[in-house]
Amino acid sequence: MATTTIPVTTAFEPRIVAFFCNWCTYTASDLAGTARLAYEPNAPVIRVMCSGRIDPQFVLKALQEGADGVLIGGCHPGDCHYQEGNYKTLRRFRLLKRILTQFGVDDARVRLEWISASEGDRVQHVINEMTDQLRTLGPWHARN
Amino acid sequence: MADKPKVAFYWCASCGGCEEAVVDLEEQILKVVDAVDIVLWPVAMDFKRSEIEAMPDGSIAVAFINGGVRMSEQEEWVHMLRRKSQMVVAFGACAHLGGIPGLANLNNRQQVFDTVYQNVPSQDNQAHTVPGEHSRMDGHTLELPRFWDEVKALHQVIDVDYYLPGCAPPPALIWAAIEAILTGTLPPKGAVLSPNKACCDDCPRKDSKPDKIELTEIKRPSTHIADPELCFMAQGFICMGPATRSGCGNPCIEGNMPCRGCMGPMDDVFDQGAKFLSAFASILAPKTEAEIDKLLDQIPDPVGTFYRFSLPTSLLHRRRTGATV
Repeated sequence: MATTTIPVTTAFEPRIVAFFCNWCTYTASDLAGTARLAYEPNAPVIRVMCSGRIDPQFVLKALQEGADGVLIGGCHPGDCHYQEGNYKTLRRFRLLKRILTQFGVDDARVRLEWISASEGDRVQHVINEMTDQLRTLGPWHARN
Repeated sequence: MADKPKVAFYWCASCGGCEEAVVDLEEQILKVVDAVDIVLWPVAMDFKRSEIEAMPDGSIAVAFINGGVRMSEQEEWVHMLRRKSQMVVAFGACAHLGGIPGLANLNNRQQVFDTVYQNVPSQDNQAHTVPGEHSRMDGHTLELPRFWDEVKALHQVIDVDYYLPGCAPPPALIWAAIEAILTGTLPPKGAVLSPNKACCDDCPRKDSKPDKIELTEIKRPSTHIADPELCFMAQGFICMGPATRSGCGNPCIEGNMPCRGCMGPMDDVFDQGAKFLSAFASILAPKTEAEIDKLLDQIPDPVGTFYRFSLPTSLLHRRRTGATV
């Protein structure tokens, strides 16, 4: 009797937590969906009202609880719905990166991207690229 | 004598400052000695481990344990004290958060040994001798405690009932805790025995804080003398006050030094350093990446500054060296 074997993949698939701002990057990911742009399913999105809402604790907590990477998406500088929110994001991010380096977190694991509401293709590109990079880097939690 | 509650003081990876803080109770310490029977206090009195081991489980009313847990011997002691004690109080910043010894978590055991026993300029160790756990000598085996890869706070090793924060805990808080224990008026288990509000709330300089701060320069106490009355943050100094619990009585501020964060975070904060980072980055003036990076270059050691006392209890605990396990 013929049996069908379902292939079991043991290859590492990174888990990325994506924090997208409501006004730009989240809308862009929505646009990517409407336009049927396929991209890697490794980055479930958490919508926040502004990238400035992303407490640096969120990034560390994601890494601590099993994420292999964190992607932050916000409006381009000058385009923030709340005027100043993304400038705060940028300053926090630049300082957070210095701390992450001291903790031994690889540069590619935590990323900030400005993606406007019309850049659905950019969402596709960034998520695909980051997923690829993290596949090469391997799981964060296996690091000693 | 027999019915007085038994109290133990013990130290792990610590500097002795917490012991000093007990002595700083001054004449109030006589009231403590009247009310309790001290069964263990290595810094001041001679007790043997075997004497504590021989005591029935739960026979000590309270154990005050200071210091981070860094070596196997400390781990054995705190497990034993947990068994023997009805209540364990993590005493001081190192037991509460990991403390200054916890900064070693940016390195592992091998790196610490290489630095201390090999690479420091004052070291002349041509035979490459490092402490081993077992050494043979004259037919005997000598044992030394195992040095772990990372420093841990007390609650990461044993169950802890209460925390007395501070480096060292201020005598007023120690006395308040002892009174609460003796009168049975302690808050629920797990509480940090200090007010749950930010240092800034009690700061004598708080009225000098402007509504909006936009820093273009970051100053350090080693390079600039602070104005003795103005808010440190407004002057450009890194002051951990916004992300630090109050109750210390502001001795650093009174001494014209910015807060270093020894009291730890307030309840509901996961990571003191990240919380401070968030507040501090928001008051910097630059808006472009290049200008921001140039300003941030003025902080030579961000982890050592923001996690000075709390690295082992931060969300990431320690540096990952990169080797895959």
